[in-house]
Amino acid sequence: MSPDERFDAIVSAEEKVEPADWMPEAYRKTLIRQIAQHAHSEVIGMQPEGNWIARAPTLHRKAILMAKVQDEAGHGLYLYSAAETLGVNRDELQELLHQGRHKYSSIFNYPTLSWADIGTIGWLVDGAAITNQVMLTRCSFGPYARAMVRICKEESFHQRQGYEALIRLCSGSPDQKAMAQDALDRWWWPSLMMFGPHDTDSTHTEQSMNWKIKRVSNDDLRQQFVDMTVPQADYLGLTIPDPDLRWNEERGHFDFGEIDWDEFWAVVKGNGPMNRDRIEHKVRAWEEGAWVREAATAYAAKKTAAATVAGAA
Amino acid sequence: MTYEVPVVPGESADIDEGLDLSTEAWPLWEVFVRARRGLSHVHLGSLHAADPESALQNARDVYTRRGEGASLWVVRSSEIHSFDPEEISDFVEANEKVYRLATTYDIPDEVGHM
Repeated sequence: MSPDERFDAIVSAEEKVEPADWMPEAYRKTLIRQIAQHAHSEVIGMQPEGNWIARAPTLHRKAILMAKVQDEAGHGLYLYSAAETLGVNRDELQELLHQGRHKYSSIFNYPTLSWADIGTIGWLVDGAAITNQVMLTRCSFGPYARAMVRICKEESFHQRQGYEALIRLCSGSPDQKAMAQDALDRWWWPSLMMFGPHDTDSTHTEQSMNWKIKRVSNDDLRQQFVDMTVPQADYLGLTIPDPDLRWNEERGHFDFGEIDWDEFWAVVKGNGPMNRDRIEHKVRAWEEGAWVREAATAYAAKKTAAATVAGAA
Repeated sequence: MTYEVPVVPGESADIDEGLDLSTEAWPLWEVFVRARRGLSHVHLGSLHAADPESALQNARDVYTRRGEGASLWVVRSSEIHSFDPEEISDFVEANEKVYRLATTYDIPDEVGHM
Protein backbone atom coordinates (compact mmCIF):
# COMPACT_ATOMS: atom_id res chain seq x y z
CA MET A 1 0.00 0.00 0.00
CA SER A 2 1.39 3.42 -0.92
CA PRO A 3 1.62 6.09 1.81
CA ASP A 4 -1.31 8.10 0.47
CA GLU A 5 -3.49 4.99 0.19
CA ARG A 6 -2.56 4.12 3.76
CA PHE A 7 -3.51 7.63 4.88
CA ASP A 8 -6.88 7.46 3.08
CA ALA A 9 -7.52 4.03 4.61
CA ILE A 10 -6.85 5.33 8.13
CA VAL A 11 -9.13 8.33 7.65
CA SER A 12 -11.99 6.40 6.06
CA ALA A 13 -11.80 3.68 8.74
CA GLU A 14 -12.39 6.41 11.39
CA GLU A 15 -8.99 5.67 12.86
CA LYS A 16 -6.70 8.47 14.00
CA VAL A 17 -3.75 9.82 12.06
CA GLU A 18 -0.75 10.07 14.39
CA PRO A 19 2.19 12.49 14.07
CA ALA A 20 4.73 9.94 12.76
CA ASP A 21 2.37 8.79 9.96
CA TRP A 22 2.78 10.01 6.43
CA MET A 23 0.19 12.69 5.66
CA PRO A 24 -0.51 14.96 2.70
CA GLU A 25 1.34 18.26 3.03
CA ALA A 26 -1.92 20.20 2.68
CA TYR A 27 -3.47 18.19 5.54
CA ARG A 28 -0.49 19.03 7.74
CA LYS A 29 -0.66 22.73 6.84
CA THR A 30 -4.40 22.94 7.38
CA LEU A 31 -4.00 21.41 10.81
CA ILE A 32 -1.13 23.68 11.81
CA ARG A 33 -3.17 26.70 10.75
CA GLN A 34 -6.28 25.57 12.58
CA ILE A 35 -4.60 24.33 15.77
CA ALA A 36 -2.37 27.41 15.99
CA GLN A 37 -5.37 29.75 15.59
CA HIS A 38 -7.19 27.75 18.21
CA ALA A 39 -4.22 27.97 20.62
CA HIS A 40 -3.77 31.71 20.00
CA SER A 41 -7.49 32.19 20.70
CA GLU A 42 -7.25 30.48 24.07
CA VAL A 43 -4.30 32.64 25.03
CA ILE A 44 -5.75 35.96 23.81
CA GLY A 45 -9.09 34.90 25.35
CA MET A 46 -7.55 35.37 28.80
CA GLN A 47 -7.54 39.14 28.31
CA PRO A 48 -11.25 40.05 28.20
CA GLU A 49 -11.86 37.96 31.30
CA GLY A 50 -8.66 38.92 33.09
CA ASN A 51 -10.00 42.46 32.82
CA TRP A 52 -12.58 41.62 35.53
CA ILE A 53 -10.54 39.52 37.99
CA ALA A 54 -9.73 42.50 40.22
CA ARG A 55 -13.32 43.76 40.01
CA ALA A 56 -15.26 40.51 40.52
CA PRO A 57 -18.14 41.22 42.94
CA THR A 58 -17.19 38.59 45.56
CA LEU A 59 -14.16 36.58 46.59
CA HIS A 60 -15.95 33.44 45.39
CA ARG A 61 -16.49 34.90 41.89
CA LYS A 62 -12.89 36.09 41.83
CA ALA A 63 -11.62 32.58 42.62
CA ILE A 64 -13.86 31.09 39.90
CA LEU A 65 -12.68 33.63 37.35
CA MET A 66 -9.01 33.04 38.15
CA ALA A 67 -9.52 29.29 37.78
CA LYS A 68 -11.22 29.85 34.44
CA VAL A 69 -8.48 32.12 33.11
CA GLN A 70 -5.88 29.57 34.27
CA ASP A 71 -7.80 26.90 32.33
CA GLU A 72 -7.60 29.03 29.18
CA ALA A 73 -3.81 29.19 29.53
CA GLY A 74 -3.81 25.40 29.94
CA HIS A 75 -5.98 24.97 26.84
CA GLY A 76 -3.56 27.11 24.88
CA LEU A 77 -0.74 24.88 26.02
CA TYR A 78 -2.49 21.60 25.16
CA LEU A 79 -3.07 22.99 21.69
CA TYR A 80 0.45 24.33 21.09
CA SER A 81 1.61 20.91 22.24
CA ALA A 82 -0.64 19.26 19.60
CA ALA A 83 0.64 21.68 16.92
CA GLU A 84 4.25 20.90 17.81
CA THR A 85 3.74 17.24 16.93
CA LEU A 86 3.38 18.48 13.32
CA GLY A 87 6.91 19.83 13.29
CA VAL A 88 6.49 23.49 14.20
CA ASN A 89 7.62 25.03 17.44
CA ARG A 90 5.63 27.03 19.91
CA ASP A 91 7.85 30.10 20.03
CA GLU A 92 7.68 30.29 16.26
CA LEU A 93 3.87 30.20 16.26
CA GLN A 94 3.73 32.77 19.00
CA GLU A 95 6.09 35.09 17.15
CA LEU A 96 3.81 34.88 14.10
CA LEU A 97 0.89 35.90 16.32
CA HIS A 98 2.88 38.83 17.69
CA GLN A 99 3.71 39.99 14.19
CA GLY A 100 0.05 39.88 13.22
CA ARG A 101 0.69 37.16 10.63
CA HIS A 102 -1.44 34.65 12.52
CA LYS A 103 -5.02 35.35 13.55
CA TYR A 104 -7.17 34.32 16.52
CA SER A 105 -10.92 34.17 16.99
CA SER A 106 -12.63 37.52 16.39
CA ILE A 107 -14.84 37.13 19.46
CA PHE A 108 -11.94 38.31 21.63
CA ASN A 109 -11.79 41.60 19.78
CA TYR A 110 -14.88 42.80 21.62
CA PRO A 111 -14.52 44.56 24.98
CA THR A 112 -15.89 43.36 28.34
CA LEU A 113 -17.73 46.44 29.59
CA SER A 114 -19.64 45.16 32.61
CA TRP A 115 -19.61 42.29 35.11
CA ALA A 116 -22.53 40.72 33.25
CA ASP A 117 -20.22 40.29 30.24
CA ILE A 118 -18.26 37.69 32.22
CA GLY A 119 -21.36 35.57 32.83
CA THR A 120 -22.46 36.07 29.23
CA ILE A 121 -19.09 34.99 27.84
CA GLY A 122 -19.28 31.79 29.86
CA TRP A 123 -22.81 31.11 28.70
CA LEU A 124 -22.61 32.09 25.01
CA VAL A 125 -18.95 32.14 23.99
CA ASP A 126 -18.02 29.00 25.88
CA GLY A 127 -21.37 27.47 24.86
CA ALA A 128 -20.47 28.07 21.20
CA ALA A 129 -17.01 26.71 21.95
CA ILE A 130 -18.43 23.48 23.31
CA THR A 131 -20.68 23.00 20.28
CA ASN A 132 -17.62 23.21 18.06
CA GLN A 133 -15.15 21.38 20.24
CA VAL A 134 -17.36 18.37 20.88
CA MET A 135 -17.27 17.92 17.11
CA LEU A 136 -13.48 18.25 17.14
CA THR A 137 -13.06 15.37 19.63
CA ARG A 138 -13.89 13.22 16.58
CA CYS A 139 -11.28 14.92 14.38
CA SER A 140 -9.01 12.59 12.39
CA PHE A 141 -5.74 13.91 13.85
CA GLY A 142 -5.04 12.08 17.13
CA PRO A 143 -3.24 14.76 19.18
CA TYR A 144 -5.85 17.42 18.29
CA ALA A 145 -8.77 15.11 19.12
CA ARG A 146 -7.19 14.13 22.44
CA ALA A 147 -6.55 17.76 23.41
CA MET A 148 -10.22 18.45 22.67
CA VAL A 149 -11.39 15.74 25.05
CA ARG A 150 -9.52 17.39 27.92
CA ILE A 151 -10.68 20.86 26.90
CA CYS A 152 -14.35 19.88 26.63
CA LYS A 153 -14.39 18.53 30.19
CA GLU A 154 -13.10 21.84 31.51
CA GLU A 155 -15.24 23.94 29.18
CA SER A 156 -18.36 22.58 30.84
CA PHE A 157 -17.32 24.30 34.08
CA HIS A 158 -16.83 27.53 32.11
CA GLN A 159 -20.29 27.50 30.66
CA ARG A 160 -22.08 26.49 33.84
CA GLN A 161 -20.40 29.07 36.06
CA GLY A 162 -21.30 31.76 33.52
CA TYR A 163 -24.94 30.76 33.29
CA GLU A 164 -25.19 30.52 37.07
CA ALA A 165 -23.76 34.03 37.43
CA LEU A 166 -26.48 35.24 35.04
CA ILE A 167 -29.22 33.46 37.00
CA ARG A 168 -28.07 35.47 40.01
CA LEU A 169 -28.14 38.75 38.10
CA CYS A 170 -31.51 38.01 36.51
CA SER A 171 -33.10 37.22 39.85
CA GLY A 172 -31.56 40.33 41.43
CA SER A 173 -32.51 44.00 41.17
CA PRO A 174 -33.99 45.54 37.97
CA ASP A 175 -30.60 47.20 37.39
CA GLN A 176 -28.81 43.87 37.59
CA LYS A 177 -31.24 42.30 35.16
CA ALA A 178 -30.86 45.25 32.79
CA MET A 179 -27.10 44.75 32.92
CA ALA A 180 -27.55 41.09 31.91
CA GLN A 181 -29.85 42.11 29.03
CA ASP A 182 -27.34 44.70 27.83
CA ALA A 183 -24.58 42.07 27.83
CA LEU A 184 -26.76 39.65 25.82
CA ASP A 185 -27.57 42.45 23.35
CA ARG A 186 -23.89 43.03 22.71
CA TRP A 187 -22.62 39.39 22.70
CA TRP A 188 -25.39 37.57 20.83
CA TRP A 189 -24.39 38.40 17.25
CA PRO A 190 -20.63 38.11 17.77
CA SER A 191 -21.30 34.67 19.31
CA LEU A 192 -23.19 33.55 16.19
CA MET A 193 -20.32 34.89 14.07
CA MET A 194 -17.96 32.49 15.86
CA PHE A 195 -19.24 29.66 13.66
CA GLY A 196 -17.79 31.36 10.59
CA PRO A 197 -19.19 32.19 7.13
CA HIS A 198 -22.17 30.41 5.59
CA ASP A 199 -21.36 26.96 4.19
CA THR A 200 -21.80 28.36 0.68
CA ASP A 201 -19.04 30.94 1.36
CA SER A 202 -16.74 28.71 3.36
CA THR A 203 -13.87 27.85 1.08
CA HIS A 204 -12.16 25.16 3.15
CA THR A 205 -15.09 23.33 4.64
CA GLU A 206 -15.42 20.66 1.98
CA GLN A 207 -11.76 19.58 2.06
CA SER A 208 -11.70 19.62 5.86
CA MET A 209 -14.85 17.50 5.95
CA ASN A 210 -13.27 14.97 3.57
CA TRP A 211 -10.21 14.77 5.77
CA LYS A 212 -12.48 14.48 8.82
CA ILE A 213 -10.78 17.44 10.47
CA LYS A 214 -14.20 19.06 10.54
CA ARG A 215 -17.25 16.86 11.02
CA VAL A 216 -20.19 19.28 10.96
CA SER A 217 -20.63 22.37 8.76
CA ASN A 218 -20.63 25.97 10.07
CA ASP A 219 -24.35 26.52 9.45
CA ASP A 220 -25.34 23.24 11.07
CA LEU A 221 -23.28 24.01 14.18
CA ARG A 222 -24.75 27.52 14.34
CA GLN A 223 -28.29 26.12 14.12
CA GLN A 224 -27.49 23.60 16.86
CA PHE A 225 -26.22 26.44 19.07
CA VAL A 226 -29.29 28.64 18.50
CA ASP A 227 -31.68 25.75 19.21
CA MET A 228 -29.87 24.98 22.43
CA THR A 229 -29.56 28.58 23.61
CA VAL A 230 -33.03 30.08 23.03
CA PRO A 231 -34.71 28.11 25.86
CA GLN A 232 -31.82 29.05 28.16
CA ALA A 233 -32.45 32.76 27.44
CA ASP A 234 -36.17 32.19 28.14
CA TYR A 235 -35.34 30.68 31.49
CA LEU A 236 -33.35 33.79 32.40
CA GLY A 237 -36.21 36.00 31.22
CA LEU A 238 -33.91 37.73 28.73
CA THR A 239 -34.74 38.70 25.16
CA ILE A 240 -32.47 37.65 22.31
CA PRO A 241 -31.89 40.75 20.15
CA ASP A 242 -33.25 39.28 16.91
CA PRO A 243 -36.75 40.22 15.67
CA ASP A 244 -36.63 37.34 13.15
CA LEU A 245 -36.09 34.67 15.77
CA ARG A 246 -39.01 32.23 15.88
CA TRP A 247 -39.71 28.53 16.15
CA ASN A 248 -40.25 26.83 12.79
CA GLU A 249 -42.55 23.88 13.37
CA GLU A 250 -41.92 22.45 9.91
CA ARG A 251 -38.12 22.43 10.21
CA GLY A 252 -38.09 21.59 13.89
CA HIS A 253 -35.56 24.39 14.41
CA PHE A 254 -35.51 28.07 15.25
CA ASP A 255 -35.34 30.48 12.32
CA PHE A 256 -33.10 33.46 12.95
CA GLY A 257 -31.99 36.68 11.28
CA GLU A 258 -28.99 37.35 9.07
CA ILE A 259 -25.59 38.12 10.56
CA ASP A 260 -24.03 41.49 9.70
CA TRP A 261 -21.32 40.09 7.47
CA ASP A 262 -19.70 43.50 6.94
CA GLU A 263 -18.99 43.67 10.66
CA PHE A 264 -17.80 40.07 10.61
CA TRP A 265 -15.19 40.68 7.89
CA ALA A 266 -14.16 44.04 9.34
CA VAL A 267 -13.21 42.37 12.64
CA VAL A 268 -11.46 39.44 10.91
CA LYS A 269 -9.41 41.97 8.93
CA GLY A 270 -8.24 43.61 12.14
CA ASN A 271 -10.69 46.48 12.54
CA GLY A 272 -12.66 45.31 15.57
CA PRO A 273 -12.87 47.41 18.73
CA MET A 274 -9.98 45.64 20.52
CA ASN A 275 -7.72 44.04 17.86
CA ARG A 276 -4.78 46.38 18.41
CA ASP A 277 -5.01 46.35 22.22
CA ARG A 278 -5.05 42.58 22.41
CA ILE A 279 -1.83 42.11 20.47
CA GLU A 280 -0.07 45.03 22.15
CA HIS A 281 -0.89 43.54 25.54
CA LYS A 282 0.24 40.07 24.49
CA VAL A 283 3.57 41.33 23.16
CA ARG A 284 4.15 43.42 26.28
CA ALA A 285 3.49 40.43 28.57
CA TRP A 286 5.93 38.31 26.56
CA GLU A 287 8.65 40.96 26.58
CA GLU A 288 8.24 41.72 30.28
CA GLY A 289 8.57 38.00 31.03
CA ALA A 290 11.90 37.71 29.20
CA TRP A 291 13.93 37.90 32.43
CA VAL A 292 12.04 34.92 33.88
CA ARG A 293 12.83 32.77 30.84
CA GLU A 294 16.46 33.85 30.86
CA ALA A 295 16.83 33.24 34.60
CA ALA A 296 15.35 29.73 34.33
CA THR A 297 17.69 28.88 31.46
CA ALA A 298 20.72 30.24 33.36
CA TYR A 299 19.74 28.32 36.49
CA ALA A 300 19.36 25.06 34.54
CA ALA A 301 22.77 25.58 32.91
CA LYS A 302 24.37 26.30 36.29
CA LYS A 303 22.93 23.12 37.81
CA THR A 304 24.06 21.02 34.85
CA ALA A 305 27.57 22.47 35.17
CA ALA A 306 27.63 21.77 38.93
CA ALA A 307 26.52 18.17 38.35
CA THR A 308 29.24 17.71 35.72
CA VAL A 309 31.92 19.00 38.13
CA ALA A 310 30.61 16.80 40.93
CA GLY A 311 30.59 13.81 38.58
CA ALA A 312 34.16 14.46 37.46
CA ALA A 313 35.46 14.83 41.03
CA MET B 1 -15.07 27.33 19.65
CA THR B 2 -14.65 27.81 15.98
CA TYR B 3 -11.42 29.34 16.78
CA GLU B 4 -10.70 28.76 13.14
CA VAL B 5 -10.55 32.12 11.44
CA PRO B 6 -11.92 32.27 7.90
CA VAL B 7 -9.63 33.37 5.12
CA VAL B 8 -10.31 36.94 4.06
CA PRO B 9 -11.27 36.93 0.37
CA GLY B 10 -8.19 37.86 -1.64
CA GLU B 11 -5.74 36.85 1.10
CA SER B 12 -3.67 33.69 0.96
CA ALA B 13 -4.76 30.76 3.11
CA ASP B 14 -1.18 29.65 3.50
CA ILE B 15 0.25 30.04 6.94
CA ASP B 16 3.75 31.10 7.67
CA GLU B 17 6.08 28.67 9.29
CA GLY B 18 9.79 28.17 9.56
CA LEU B 19 10.68 31.45 11.21
CA ASP B 20 14.32 31.60 12.11
CA LEU B 21 14.29 32.52 15.78
CA SER B 22 17.45 33.70 17.41
CA THR B 23 16.36 32.76 20.93
CA GLU B 24 17.15 29.32 22.22
CA ALA B 25 13.84 27.73 23.21
CA TRP B 26 13.46 25.66 26.35
CA PRO B 27 13.64 21.92 25.63
CA LEU B 28 10.47 19.89 25.11
CA TRP B 29 9.29 17.34 27.71
CA GLU B 30 6.67 14.62 27.38
CA VAL B 31 4.23 14.34 30.27
CA PHE B 32 2.88 11.04 31.66
CA VAL B 33 0.23 10.91 34.37
CA ARG B 34 -0.98 8.03 36.55
CA ALA B 35 -4.63 8.90 37.07
CA ARG B 36 -5.18 6.59 40.06
CA ARG B 37 -3.21 4.01 41.99
CA GLY B 38 -3.33 0.70 40.14
CA LEU B 39 -3.24 2.26 36.66
CA SER B 40 -0.29 2.76 34.32
CA HIS B 41 1.12 6.16 33.51
CA VAL B 42 -0.47 7.49 30.33
CA HIS B 43 1.02 10.02 27.93
CA LEU B 44 -0.98 13.28 28.05
CA GLY B 45 1.03 15.79 26.06
CA SER B 46 4.14 17.86 26.18
CA LEU B 47 5.48 21.16 27.44
CA HIS B 48 8.60 23.31 27.42
CA ALA B 49 10.71 23.86 30.52
CA ALA B 50 14.30 24.70 31.36
CA ASP B 51 14.94 21.75 33.71
CA PRO B 52 13.25 18.64 35.19
CA GLU B 53 12.04 20.44 38.32
CA SER B 54 10.27 23.21 36.44
CA ALA B 55 8.99 20.68 33.89
CA LEU B 56 7.35 18.80 36.77
CA GLN B 57 5.90 21.96 38.26
CA ASN B 58 4.49 23.06 34.92
CA ALA B 59 3.10 19.58 34.26
CA ARG B 60 1.34 19.66 37.62
CA ASP B 61 -0.20 23.07 36.86
CA VAL B 62 -1.19 22.24 33.33
CA TYR B 63 -2.28 18.60 33.42
CA THR B 64 -3.52 17.94 36.98
CA ARG B 65 -5.60 20.94 38.03
CA ARG B 66 -8.56 18.77 38.99
CA GLY B 67 -6.97 15.98 40.96
CA GLU B 68 -6.39 13.85 37.86
CA GLY B 69 -2.98 12.59 38.92
CA ALA B 70 -1.60 10.27 41.58
CA SER B 71 1.84 10.42 39.96
CA LEU B 72 3.62 12.42 37.25
CA TRP B 73 6.57 11.65 34.97
CA VAL B 74 8.35 14.07 32.65
CA VAL B 75 10.82 12.80 30.06
CA ARG B 76 12.92 14.83 27.67
CA SER B 77 11.29 14.31 24.26
CA SER B 78 14.72 13.86 22.69
CA GLU B 79 15.30 10.83 24.97
CA ILE B 80 12.37 8.90 23.52
CA HIS B 81 13.24 6.43 20.78
CA SER B 82 10.72 4.78 18.52
CA PHE B 83 10.18 2.90 15.28
CA ASP B 84 8.65 4.55 12.25
CA PRO B 85 5.11 3.35 11.67
CA GLU B 86 6.36 1.82 8.39
CA GLU B 87 9.29 0.09 10.02
CA ILE B 88 7.33 -1.40 12.85
CA SER B 89 5.40 -3.81 10.65
CA ASP B 90 8.67 -5.70 10.13
CA PHE B 91 8.93 -6.29 13.85
CA VAL B 92 5.37 -6.91 14.88
CA GLU B 93 4.40 -10.54 14.29
CA ALA B 94 1.56 -10.82 11.84
CA ASN B 95 -1.58 -12.77 12.60
CA GLU B 96 -0.37 -15.92 10.84
CA LYS B 97 0.70 -17.42 14.16
CA VAL B 98 -2.91 -17.88 15.16
CA TYR B 99 -1.99 -20.77 17.47
CA ARG B 100 -0.90 -18.03 19.89
CA LEU B 101 -4.49 -16.96 20.35
CA ALA B 102 -6.63 -18.67 23.00
CA THR B 103 -9.71 -18.49 20.79
CA THR B 104 -8.23 -20.89 18.18
CA TYR B 105 -8.67 -23.93 20.46
CA ASP B 106 -11.98 -25.82 20.47
CA ILE B 107 -12.99 -26.88 23.93
CA PRO B 108 -16.26 -28.85 24.27
CA ASP B 109 -19.08 -27.01 25.98
CA GLU B 110 -19.41 -29.78 28.61
CA VAL B 111 -16.02 -28.79 29.98
CA GLY B 112 -17.47 -25.47 31.09
CA HIS B 113 -15.75 -22.12 31.21
CA MET B 114 -12.04 -22.24 30.44
